[in-house]
Amino acid sequence: MTARLALRKVVMTLALPVVLVAAWWIATADSTSFFWPPLEDIVRTFPETWTADRWLHDVLPSLGRLGIGYAVALVAGIAFGTAIGLSKTLRALTEPTLEFFRAVPPPVLVPVIALFTGYTSSLSKVGTIALGCVWPILLNAVDGVRGLEPVLLDTAQTYRLGRWRRLTYVILPGASPRIVAGARQALSIGVILMVISELFGANRGLGATIVQFQRSFAVPQMWTGIILLGLIGVALSVLFRLIENRVLAWYHGQREIERGA
Amino acid sequence: MSITRPAPARTRRKESPMTAPAPTDVALAVRGVTKTYEAPGRSVEAIRHLDFAVRSGELVCVVGPSGAGKTTLLRCVSGLLELSGGSVELDGEPVTGPPPGMAVVFQEYGRSLFPWMTVRQNVELPLKEKGLAKAERKRLAREALEAVGLADSGDAHPWQLSGGMQQRVAIARAVAYEPTVLLMDEPFAAVDAQTRADLEDLVRRLWERLGVTVLFVTHDIDEAVYLGERVLVLSNRPTVLMEDVRVDLPRERDQLTTRSDPRFGELRGHVYELIQRAKAGQRPDGDLPALPEPDALTTDAELEGNAS
Repeated sequence: MTARLALRKVVMTLALPVVLVAAWWIATADSTSFFWPPLEDIVRTFPETWTADRWLHDVLPSLGRLGIGYAVALVAGIAFGTAIGLSKTLRALTEPTLEFFRAVPPPVLVPVIALFTGYTSSLSKVGTIALGCVWPILLNAVDGVRGLEPVLLDTAQTYRLGRWRRLTYVILPGASPRIVAGARQALSIGVILMVISELFGANRGLGATIVQFQRSFAVPQMWTGIILLGLIGVALSVLFRLIENRVLAWYHGQREIERGA
Repeated sequence: MSITRPAPARTRRKESPMTAPAPTDVALAVRGVTKTYEAPGRSVEAIRHLDFAVRSGELVCVVGPSGAGKTTLLRCVSGLLELSGGSVELDGEPVTGPPPGMAVVFQEYGRSLFPWMTVRQNVELPLKEKGLAKAERKRLAREALEAVGLADSGDAHPWQLSGGMQQRVAIARAVAYEPTVLLMDEPFAAVDAQTRADLEDLVRRLWERLGVTVLFVTHDIDEAVYLGERVLVLSNRPTVLMEDVRVDLPRERDQLTTRSDPRFGELRGHVYELIQRAKAGQRPDGDLPALPEPDALTTDAELEGNAS
């Protein structure tokens, strides 16, 4: 029974991608258009484009910068978000400023950041990613902390939980559903910024490589890059889901029971 | 308006004077407490004046019409809410924040348990804060969960349990904490009638076994009379004490015989009438009904069994 359910799930997950790939394959099979090469050609180009050298010097460094930038955003977002959520004064002080920074699209900051951190440096790219990712995490952390169940805080207080225990056992877990939601938004922003941050002043990196293919009219190679980006996105979201299922197991379980009741 | 000391005028105290409460016997003293909620341009007087004491090891119920400031009183006593006037003392120490040695069981059981922890972790967390060693924490948690009949649910999460079981977890957490004073804020208001009867007996049992001082807030008159050694009847807002009713029922209580005891009926009727008067806005300085003397049916022997 469970095996059948699992099979059903696999079929459901893969059905649409298979259909789309098949449609692409058939639609472009006889294509002579320069910009729409047959999918067959693109697939054939894939291994010769993404060689070990490219992985080592373009893809992995880009992913590394994404990882660092995202981690910085996560730590800063949760730390500042929690502090702002807990303090009325801090909230009053920062709210308008936060709204301003949140409204500024991070890509326009790329040249500005580059100006301060060096045009070709890794730091400017990491900085761009971190700065773009931090807002959804921070704002969700503020909301998560503010939305904590007051009875839980009363309970923590009557049992005289100390500052640190209150933070780690009560406040952060309580805010975690919102923080995770913010982190999920931030991840897709991060992937976009990983590419965008390489559009200026970079000659290596996943994004830079794809742009070079574009500019040199290496169209099948460009397509392989786009496909690779998509696959990376899928892999990251699967990874994210796995972590989320661990961290928020209690939350999903509770919601399921509440909905069932 | 100062019905202060625990012993009401009509104590039929037959036991030896040795057990009369010495001043040190008072676990919880509420002295001239007032509470007014201040909001810009508006202030609401919740508690006008409350004055009472709970002796160590006593189980006192607080009952009043809805909106009588019962929860406000409990939050003041527990140190969660700042007083506007007067003082609360626990074991002679003024309460300015939640004091050590006090545990609170809230009405919203589902929301007072940490859903991200298992039942056992919930029970153990306050013990961790107390700095107890792991083995000691485990033992206390196990014993407390056994005492509330949840020995096998330690690894479950609270939301996997029924409402009554969740409130048991909250009680177990309070018991494991080994408080000297246990405050309960309408803890059974949201559970079904049968579960409620079970939980009432559980509270009586634990109270007898642990010798803990209990202040139990409820809106349920039957529950108050069934559980309490005394029932403090509150007026409506702004709150004062209507009457401090001594419950002279035998100490040994059970749902069937106690509730069919004629004296139980009298006490319930008396408290009911007080609540009705309170609802109508009557204050204690008015002409209040008197509780009938216990008749011959309640023998002195039974009362002696009631001696604490």
